[in-house]
Amino acid sequence: MATQQSRSAARLMMAPAVILLLGWMLVPLTMTLWFSFRKYLPLRGGDLGWAGFDNYTRFIGSSSFWPSVQATLVIVGGVLIITVVLGIILALLLDQPMWGQGIVRILVIAPFFVMPTVSALVWKNMFMDPVNGLFAYVWKFFGAAPVEWLSQASMQSIIMIVSWQWLPFATLILLTAVQSLDSEQLEAAEMDGASFLSRFWYLILPHLARAITIVVLIQTIFLLSIFAEIFVTTGGAFGTKTLSYLIFQRVLESQNVGLGSAGGVYAIILANIVAIFLMRIVGKNLDA
Amino acid sequence: MARAVTNNRKALNTAIAWSIGLLIFFPILWTILTSFKTEAQAISNPPVFLFFDWTLENYAVVQERSNYMRFLWNSVFIAGGSTVLGLIIAVPAAWSMAFVPSKRTKDILLWMLSTKMLPAVGVLYPIYLLFIKLGLLDTRIGLTIVLMLINLPIIVWMLYTYFKEIPGEILEAARMDGASLSKEIIYVLTPMAIPGIASTLLLNFILAWNEAFWTLNLTAAKAAPLTAFIASYSSPEGLFYAKLSAASTMAIAPILIMGWFSQKQLVRGLTFGAVK
Repeated sequence: MATQQSRSAARLMMAPAVILLLGWMLVPLTMTLWFSFRKYLPLRGGDLGWAGFDNYTRFIGSSSFWPSVQATLVIVGGVLIITVVLGIILALLLDQPMWGQGIVRILVIAPFFVMPTVSALVWKNMFMDPVNGLFAYVWKFFGAAPVEWLSQASMQSIIMIVSWQWLPFATLILLTAVQSLDSEQLEAAEMDGASFLSRFWYLILPHLARAITIVVLIQTIFLLSIFAEIFVTTGGAFGTKTLSYLIFQRVLESQNVGLGSAGGVYAIILANIVAIFLMRIVGKNLDA
Repeated sequence: MARAVTNNRKALNTAIAWSIGLLIFFPILWTILTSFKTEAQAISNPPVFLFFDWTLENYAVVQERSNYMRFLWNSVFIAGGSTVLGLIIAVPAAWSMAFVPSKRTKDILLWMLSTKMLPAVGVLYPIYLLFIKLGLLDTRIGLTIVLMLINLPIIVWMLYTYFKEIPGEILEAARMDGASLSKEIIYVLTPMAIPGIASTLLLNFILAWNEAFWTLNLTAAKAAPLTAFIASYSSPEGLFYAKLSAASTMAIAPILIMGWFSQKQLVRGLTFGAVK
């Protein structure tokens, strides 16, 4: 099998990737950690010395912290529920025999390939605009007053835009899982008189459990740091300021790097809690 | 045995699935249609669906006013460059992990994955500062490097799962016949690995093309790719839906076509091999 020579060659071949990623991880992380303990205001005097845990307590103590946590949870939770529930329904539907299955699948997946700034702007202007948007037209058609979506129903609007972007991902993964389901087992259950609901509950759902978990974990990691959708639509106004958007504002807009860095450390810890669960599942799969 | 499905049932499935598919696709379709309208038609009340005077004017105006080609070229350079660079670094790494696994291979793979989980906003200022110090802010090279680094874990993982499927016996046979390491790679491994490498390339090009955190925060005028160019439309000046649509259509069309080819790889690439 592997000789000593091939082992050292292997190590050499791995080295560039490992070193680059190590640098990419450690250098910025160390800097963020360092800044988080400094009073650092680049536009108002620069590094003004040691701050202890001041930034950490001030970040949590600020009036925008808890609303931002709430906004983050509502957006992540809302998008997860919508994409997983609709994703399961769509996956089961797309698995049925039909004409033009391939084309329907492409239609459903397409939103995933639209760049976030495009989908945010198209939704904001061409659909949600209270004067010229398509929704306003439909509302007026039915005699209702047009809604100012991004200010009056800002959270729902953002959840809708982001769900539209991520539904294809959930559908595609759940569809892959549905297709690996043993159809003979399902037929046997059907012959024994099991209703669709009980087949779904006792056979399909348990089979999908792992795929659902993976969808939830991966989406959570990406959704925790959605940026362009908020940047382009509301700019963090109307209660849509998420934790990552708040940190972005502290760091780049108000240039309070110490405070923003402390927020960054919180965000990193939060993402790591989710990541641990995802890594467990992926790691188990590696052994198999 | 396959279940016999009545044509009625199939027709019903088809009708429901097509309606939902078209509903989900509608915003994209609407954008493409609007790009061929005049600005007045784009906001006409009631909206016109297909029966309007088709025009290519918007495409010409977008290019003329905003120098669209420069943003397009930035996108191509950054997405293409970061993907190719990533592959050059990842292919040897994934190869060695798949064919010369050691006790630490699994740990290294999982650790690489964990770097992908780092929230970008947590390291925004350090990267911003380093970019200023190194003169990389608003340069294509700087953005190429950052996008290469954020996608490197996915590239390594995808390649690893593909390489893992190549039977090791073939390599051993080549080795028995006296093939050197370099010959083994060039004549035996490469032909078998090309499909996997191609899929990896495609998916990562798409991911880099659509990346919208670093591209928005690390560029200004010179190196801005299409993501940033489109974001500049967020402050409306008068009538502009048709032009926004034309710019959007041009920005997403190449990726929609690539996405069509890479839908299968999408699952593997984005679930890190956990769902195949």
